[in-house]
Amino acid sequence: MSDTRAVPAPSAEDAFRIRVPLEDEEPPKRRFLFSWWHLVLLPLAFVMILPLIWMIVTSFETLNETRTFPPVLLPHSLQWSNYGEVLRQAPFAQWFTNTLVVTTATVAGNLLLCSLAGYAFARIKFFGREVVFLLVLATLMVPLQVVIIPTFLIVKRLGLIDTLGALIVPSLTEAFGIFMLRQFFRTLPIELEEAARIDGASRLGILFKIVLPLSGPALATLAVIQFTWTWNDFLWPLVTIFSPNHMTLQLGLATFQGAHASNTNLLMAANVMSLIPVLILFFVAQRYFIRGIATTGLKG
Amino acid sequence: MASVRKALQSDHAAGWAFAGPAVFLIVLFGVVPIIWSAVMSFQRTNLLNAPEWVGLANYKALSKDPLFKQSVEHSVIYTALFVPISITGGLLAAVALNRKIRGIRWYRTAFFVPVVVSTIATVIIFLWLFDPTYGIVNWILSRLGFGPVGFLESSSGALYSIVGLTVWGWIGFDVIIYLAALQGIPGELLEAAEIDGAGHWGILRNITVPLLGPVTLFLVIYSSINALQLFDEVYLATRGGPGTATYVVVFYLYDLAFNQGVAGYAAAIAYVLFIAILVLTVVQLVIGKRLVHYSS
Repeated sequence: MSDTRAVPAPSAEDAFRIRVPLEDEEPPKRRFLFSWWHLVLLPLAFVMILPLIWMIVTSFETLNETRTFPPVLLPHSLQWSNYGEVLRQAPFAQWFTNTLVVTTATVAGNLLLCSLAGYAFARIKFFGREVVFLLVLATLMVPLQVVIIPTFLIVKRLGLIDTLGALIVPSLTEAFGIFMLRQFFRTLPIELEEAARIDGASRLGILFKIVLPLSGPALATLAVIQFTWTWNDFLWPLVTIFSPNHMTLQLGLATFQGAHASNTNLLMAANVMSLIPVLILFFVAQRYFIRGIATTGLKG
Repeated sequence: MASVRKALQSDHAAGWAFAGPAVFLIVLFGVVPIIWSAVMSFQRTNLLNAPEWVGLANYKALSKDPLFKQSVEHSVIYTALFVPISITGGLLAAVALNRKIRGIRWYRTAFFVPVVVSTIATVIIFLWLFDPTYGIVNWILSRLGFGPVGFLESSSGALYSIVGLTVWGWIGFDVIIYLAALQGIPGELLEAAEIDGAGHWGILRNITVPLLGPVTLFLVIYSSINALQLFDEVYLATRGGPGTATYVVVFYLYDLAFNQGVAGYAAAIAYVLFIAILVLTVVQLVIGKRLVHYSS
């Protein structure tokens, strides 16, 4: 569940032609030329990154150092114990595991179910296809707030409230994923599929052996988008999960914030730990993140 | 028998077998709630007892509810600030970042990283940056001869502080979209303009900005939709406070549905918001069509 599914980017087909603004970069290696733009960009980049630096610095301070004005810009010594303290005081490992389970399940579910449905909508002519596809698109336009109360009641009737199932089941298929993969599959040359069909391959065989292997970038983009949505989702877990043991990292962090509002150093250490997985993924899969953002609006 | 086999092998069966599971989930968790929510908006219900049909009473009550009116005002102010600030900022940053100089990757990454930082993490960081007593922003302001400012803890500043922290989190999104679009502008076009004697500013105003029209229209629509749905930041940073200074529409809706149990009334608010967003989007598209020129 995410409330950013409102409007898809200009067109998902265009999005695959979008350039990834990171790849063409680094200038040709030649003599060093100073650019005046550094004088503009350096302070700007510093302002953007300052909040994160300040978070990390504070996470290594003692409580007394955080309660000083003017602020202590460099901690006297690095308080690694803040991190241990956070792990002792809150079931962080549990929250992390829960989030990982939920995220993995929804990413896997979306990759599989959206591939199947996307392929059907792209390539198979079946009764009711156009109407059903319009229905799927229509749900894409509706903000989360409109559906949240009835969805809550449905999930409650399924007996999933306060379980990880409440976070997984409704998100196993996002309309966005179906739409995106359908658009992508339609850009693939159909001749390959026709040839396989003549050779007697089944539809399932064609999808798994021919179409999906050609769809690596689209699948990776979808995975990254779904990962970030689920990992950072807040409103839906807030509404459906109550026991600390079933909380996700974001929800847990919010309750931790409520309980330790004055222990800024611990709060920042908890924050750093919650960000590490996403940041690692961001740096490893940067091009898919960028493409995901350019395609859709990844931000929750 | 043969006809059964034929039906099984037909495209209809295959199509539904492939799309079925996904469509089932979309219907159950997407289509059904949309309709249910509409029905609910005509009922008095608290999620526990049997609902009672009240016709348009929820919508009528809405028009006289002072807190709803206030929430709408806050949402409008927030949107009117957030959308132009983040888009203009994103455009200027993208133009600055669209050049091949040493270290450009790192500059870009500095703008991109906040996009993947979760809302709760962003809020925790900014509550600390904006801390009225120990915050580093107040320290910087005091060095410049200003302050101290209450930020999120003052009724006059809280909404603007939320604008600030959401712009930080979102601007990278606009930068990425603009950078992708800027790299699609043919270099010859800009060179030609330069040869004709256009300055940096002239090129930006007369060539770049018009060419970015379609992308800007998309960003305006997309950002407005998201701005009107603001919730997480308000819930986490201020709980609508101080007092009701940061009550926005979705926060009020959440408060009604899940704290006060007035689900029917909340559903009416959700539908009003949905329709308002649709109308705004259509208006933006119509105005955009007049202003924006698509190259063939």
